[in-house]
Amino acid sequence: MPDGAARLDAAFAGAGRPLFIPYVMGGFPNPDASLACARALAPHADVLELGIPFSDPLADGPTIQAAGQEALDRGVRPDDVIEIAGALDGGPPVVLMSYVNVLLAAGPRAFLERAARAGVAGVVVPDLPVDEAGDIRDAAGRAGVALVPLVAPTTAAARLAAVGRAAQGFVYCVAVTGVTGGEVAVDAELRAFLGRARANIDAPLAVGFGVRTPGQAAAIGEIADGVVIASQLIRLVEQAQDLATAQRSLEGFAADVAVALGAAPTPA
Amino acid sequence: MSELRERFGEYGGRFVPETVIGALDELSEAYRGLADDPAFRAEFEGLLSRYVGRPTPLYRARGLERSSGAPCIYLKREDLCHTGAHKINNALGQVLLASRMGKRRIIAETGAGQHGVATATAAALAGLECCVYMGREDMRRQRLNVVRMRMLGAEVRPVDTGTGTLKHATSEAIRDWVTNVGATHYVIGSAVGPAPYPEIVADLQSVIGDEAREQVLAEDGRLPAAVIACVGGGSNAIGTFRAFLGDDEVALVGVEAAGEGVDTGRHGASLGHGRPGVLHGSYSYLLQDDDGQVVEAHSVSAGLDYPGVGPEHSALRDAGRVRYVSATDEEALRAFTWCARAEGIIPALESAHALAFVAREGAELGARGALLVCLSGRGDKDVDAAAAALGIDA
Repeated sequence: MPDGAARLDAAFAGAGRPLFIPYVMGGFPNPDASLACARALAPHADVLELGIPFSDPLADGPTIQAAGQEALDRGVRPDDVIEIAGALDGGPPVVLMSYVNVLLAAGPRAFLERAARAGVAGVVVPDLPVDEAGDIRDAAGRAGVALVPLVAPTTAAARLAAVGRAAQGFVYCVAVTGVTGGEVAVDAELRAFLGRARANIDAPLAVGFGVRTPGQAAAIGEIADGVVIASQLIRLVEQAQDLATAQRSLEGFAADVAVALGAAPTPA
Repeated sequence: MSELRERFGEYGGRFVPETVIGALDELSEAYRGLADDPAFRAEFEGLLSRYVGRPTPLYRARGLERSSGAPCIYLKREDLCHTGAHKINNALGQVLLASRMGKRRIIAETGAGQHGVATATAAALAGLECCVYMGREDMRRQRLNVVRMRMLGAEVRPVDTGTGTLKHATSEAIRDWVTNVGATHYVIGSAVGPAPYPEIVADLQSVIGDEAREQVLAEDGRLPAAVIACVGGGSNAIGTFRAFLGDDEVALVGVEAAGEGVDTGRHGASLGHGRPGVLHGSYSYLLQDDDGQVVEAHSVSAGLDYPGVGPEHSALRDAGRVRYVSATDEEALRAFTWCARAEGIIPALESAHALAFVAREGAELGARGALLVCLSGRGDKDVDAAAAALGIDA
C-alpha cells in the first residue's frame, strides 16, 4: 500500500472539491457501535478521522470529553481503536486523532507501526506542536504514516511557514480560538486566518473545531480544502434512541454535508 | 535575564495546543524583560516585604526537637505569609507581570484553595478580574478557601469532571486559557505546565530558599544537614531546594503523598511510583496506566492530590540530587497533631507530610546537623477535614 501521505495527497488532489472529514470517537458508545457509525459516514466521507479516547483531552470541549470518558469507562484501549481502523481499511483514508501521551506510553515507533499495519494513513496529535514533534515525526516517516500538524488563528506567520514545511498529508486549521464543540463563525477573521495559512503553507488546508451545519461546511469549503466535523456528529449519536437510528441520522447528515461541499447527490 | 529554561534534562517542554504557543512566547519575553526592570523589581520586592510579610521567619522548633530526637530543627515559616502559604510569592509576581502585559483577566486552578486565594488576593490588589477553577470535591473539603476567594471578588467555577480534584481543575483552566488567550493570563500555581511556567514559578518561589539559606547560616554558622519539603506539583520544594543544589553536603528530601499507601494504588507519589509522560503541557513523571491514561491521585491533602509533578523535580530525581520519599495520610495526620501540640502551630496538611518525614527519620538525619523544613502553609483551611479524620468534635 502507498504510504499515508501519498494516499492523503491523492484524496485532496483527486476530489476536485473540498473534502468532507467526519470524526468518530473510537469506542463510543462502544467499539462495535463506533465502527457501525464510521461505516454509516464512510460513503460520504473523503477522509475519516478516528479519535483515540484520552483521560485529559486539553483541546476538547465537553462533548468529546464525555464521549472519550464513556469509552474509557467501558475499558476501550488504544489498540481497540487501531483495530477499528483496520476494519475500515478499503474505505476512505483513516487519520487517527490521539493525544501525545498515548503515543509515548506505547512507544511512538511501535504505535505508528501498528497503526500503519491497520492501514492508517495519518495521525493528528493536538498537544504536539511542531517544535516538539521531532522524534515522533521521524517515527511516523519510517512507518509511512503522515503526521498532520495543526495551526491556530493565533499562530504567527513565521510559524505557519515552519509548520507548512513539516506538514504531511494536510494541515489541520483550528477554526476558533478555543476547544472543540463551540460554534464557528465564518467571518472576516477566519478568512484572514485562512489567507495567512494559504500564503505560508503549500499543503492542503482542512478546517475544523466548531463546525456544526452543512451551511457552515459549505461556507468554509469556499476558503479551505477540507472540512472536519466532530462534536456535532457525537451529538447526533447521543440524541438517537438506538444504533440503527444513529446510523440513519449520521448517514443523512453526512450526505447533506457532502452535497453542500459539491459532491454529486447519491441516490437514497 | 537570559533565556528561560524550557528543558530540565529530558523533562519539560511545551506539549500544548498550538493556540497558546504564541502566548507562551509572549510570557517568556515579558518575564525576561521585567525580571531586570528596576521599577518592576522595586514594586514587587516592596510588596513582598510590606504586603506579603517577607522575609518570613526561620523558627527553631524546640518542641519538635524534644519529641523527635533530632537535635536541631528549623521551620521556614511560609505559613506566616499573607494568605497563609507560599503560594502568594508566585501569584503576586505573575499577577503583577500580567498587569504589565496589559491582561485584564486572571484565571487559575486550585486544589487546596491556597493558590486560588493567593491569586484572588493579588488580582484584587491589581484590580483585575479573576476566575478560579476548583474541583467539586476540593470545594467540599476546602470550604473555607472557597468563601475567601468569593469574598475577594473572584468567581469560583466548580469542576465536575472525574474525581473533582486538582488534575481536572487544571485541565479546565487550560481550556479556558486556550479559549480566552488574548486578554487572559493563566497563573499556574505550581512549578508545572508548559515552558516557561516551571522556570517562572521556580524563580518566583526561590525567595524561600534564598532567605532560608542566609538565615540558617546567620543562626548556625553552617549549612543544614538536610532540607525537607513536601512535593505535589513541587513549587515550595523547588523554591526551597534551588538555593542548596550546589551544596553537595546538604541532603535534599522531597516528600510526596503516599495517600492510603503506595501499594494500594491510592496515592500521589508520581516521582516514587510513576513513569515519565505528558500531562498539562510538560514531560515529567506521572501516574498513568500502560496505555498512557492518567490515573487519579489520592491524598488527604488536596494540594498533593495530583498525578503529575514539575519537570525540574523529575530531572533532580534521575540525577539523584534529591531523594524523594512519601508519607501516608495517616502519618501526615499524626504529624499535623504533633506540630499543633508540640509547637502551637497548626500546619497545612501538605506541609504535615514534610513533618511526617522528620518524625520518621529526623533523629537519624539530624545527627549530622540541622534539619530545615519548609512549613509551606498553615492549616486553618484543613480544620474541617482534619477534625473529621481525627474525630475531634466542635
